[in-house]
Amino acid sequence: MIEIDEITKLYEGTAAVDHVSMTVETGTITVIVGTSGSGKTTLLRMINRLIEPSSGEVRINGESTAALPKHELRRRIGYVIQGDGLFPHYTIAGNIGAVPKLLGWSRDKTRARVDELLDLFSMEPAQFRDRYPAELSGGQQQRVGVARALASRPDLLLMDEPFGALDPIIRARAQADLRHIQRQLGSTIVLVTHDMEEAIHLGDRVAVMDGGKLLQHGTPAEIIAAPATDFVAQMVGGVDRPLRLLSLIPVSDVLEDGAAEGEPIAPDTSLRDALSLCLWRGVEALPVADGDRPLGRVTLATIRARAAELA
Amino acid sequence: MAGLSPPGVLFAVLGLAAIFAPFMTLAANRIVAGEGRALWTLAAPQITGPGIALMLLGLALGLPAARPFLRIAGAALGLAGLVWLLVLGAASLLAEAGDYARVSPAAGFWCLLVVFALMMADALSALSPGPAARAGLLVLVLALIGALLWSGALSDLSIAQEFASRKDAFYSASLRHLGLAFGSLLAAAVIGLPLGVMSHRNAGLRRALLPVLSFLQTIPSLAMFGIMIPVLSWLSGVIPGARAIGIAGIGFAPAFLALTLYSLLPVVANVLAGLRTAPAATLEAARGMGMTWRQRLTRVELPLGLPVVLAGLRIVLVQNIGLAVIAGLIGGGGYGTFVFQGLNQTAGDLILLGALPTVALALISAIAMDILVEVTTPRTEREE
Repeated sequence: MIEIDEITKLYEGTAAVDHVSMTVETGTITVIVGTSGSGKTTLLRMINRLIEPSSGEVRINGESTAALPKHELRRRIGYVIQGDGLFPHYTIAGNIGAVPKLLGWSRDKTRARVDELLDLFSMEPAQFRDRYPAELSGGQQQRVGVARALASRPDLLLMDEPFGALDPIIRARAQADLRHIQRQLGSTIVLVTHDMEEAIHLGDRVAVMDGGKLLQHGTPAEIIAAPATDFVAQMVGGVDRPLRLLSLIPVSDVLEDGAAEGEPIAPDTSLRDALSLCLWRGVEALPVADGDRPLGRVTLATIRARAAELA
Repeated sequence: MAGLSPPGVLFAVLGLAAIFAPFMTLAANRIVAGEGRALWTLAAPQITGPGIALMLLGLALGLPAARPFLRIAGAALGLAGLVWLLVLGAASLLAEAGDYARVSPAAGFWCLLVVFALMMADALSALSPGPAARAGLLVLVLALIGALLWSGALSDLSIAQEFASRKDAFYSASLRHLGLAFGSLLAAAVIGLPLGVMSHRNAGLRRALLPVLSFLQTIPSLAMFGIMIPVLSWLSGVIPGARAIGIAGIGFAPAFLALTLYSLLPVVANVLAGLRTAPAATLEAARGMGMTWRQRLTRVELPLGLPVVLAGLRIVLVQNIGLAVIAGLIGGGGYGTFVFQGLNQTAGDLILLGALPTVALALISAIAMDILVEVTTPRTEREE
């Protein structure tokens, strides 16, 4: 558990981060979202003390981050930045093994960990281990950047606009990968972005910041359904709000018995995608199936009713 | 005209013109101005003929653009013809002249030498040899020149006679010159590297230091040597024992000091530039993963910046080999001694005895340092 307690950063008397407190549960993704100048990156960088707070403190599993020398603290926290920041003169194995080397792991242990991570990120170890970052595509470099941050099994992973430099298609794939790997490893992640879509898609919890203040901290559904301020409402988008809410609910929640015509959809499809399919196919209901096993159907009427409930 | 190498055409035109320039000078003694002799007047046609033919063939082989090996062969043939004419021409000219007569290579020889050397360099660069091949080539060329000098084939030339009468002085001047150039490089590196690293970390120091070093660099070299004389004379007077360890107004110490001061700016500036080559995101990541500043310096900034640092040392070395000649003026020794003696005696070949080794030394150092820079450039891609 990460506790951020009344943390403040003053630059020449102006607060870049103003008395922010929040708690990040172990094994969850918290996304801090805000416009540029909102203080979101400053808040993130105070967690691993790349920026020293003016007041307040951060505790990781109850222990104050101020209790350790900075470089030792940072070796326990993974850090991923936009544009990956890989070492151009290290091989992929050297990059991923950088923190284990700092921690004094044995060569064999490091090598095994590197291969394990490459496998996890669907990069064939024999093929990628000895390559250099310049030989990789942008998406591959980004994956190596995340793998490097995970190498020493850190308590916490900090990510600063990690997908900002990727094009939309690779970006969606990278987000899905991150979600998948986080579920698999149970990592605790704090991620900073300016993109509310990304925040809602990735976050178990979303923290909205503006002008150095934490405006709202809650689940994506709470943020969309009950924005705390006009600014948050503006961030989640007025007209898109019902659709965003529907995107958080899987069809398995509103399943009903019966059959319907057409290609069946998976139970974890969101109501937003189901609605879109209904409109596209010009039908009133869609069949839902788990692989070959029919589960029932979802109708346009139930989706509409659910949206009205939320509004 | 397709298929012709443009530099090859230029070399052929220049080479043909140079053949008509005076190839050697014959003088009655070492002081008087000599008369220029054209190639075909050096010796009997059976001696000059093959030499001229070799050079013409060499120039012709330099023409085809697509054949770098042919052009290398052409340059080698041309150089062989050049040496042939120089050796046999000198012997033949001396045979017909008086006891004190001197022969020297003249404009024609030097032009042809430059033409064939450029032809060789141009053809080699088309092959883009790797560092190991370049090092091997450098050793081969030096061995060939060494063998030619060692064989005594050139001992008829005036410059060789100047050398023969000053052998010991030449060797000690060589040592002194190397000591001045490499010693000041070492001193500048020992002082400049930490200064550069500290200025990299500390913007205040950087702002204070760089203008001072730039100012030192702008002092004309002769004036710098002049300033050293009173400063060091004064020091040797007030510090007991200073004179005993060689600190004096003239001689090695002021020359060494001046060269070291000149070297500091390029060393510090290149260390700073080198340390800045690491991408900002890479340094941010290094900091974020918990590298201390010393680890960032030794694992990231220095390895990535080493080629730039070495390029700075290369500039300093070549610059100091040239500047060390001026040390001859203030009794600092080195090849400058011969240059200035030669100037005083209007003995051109004595000047060359100082100038040619200086040029050769600078060239060899530049090539060797370039190879070193390439070898130390960190790999960022696998070799195919």
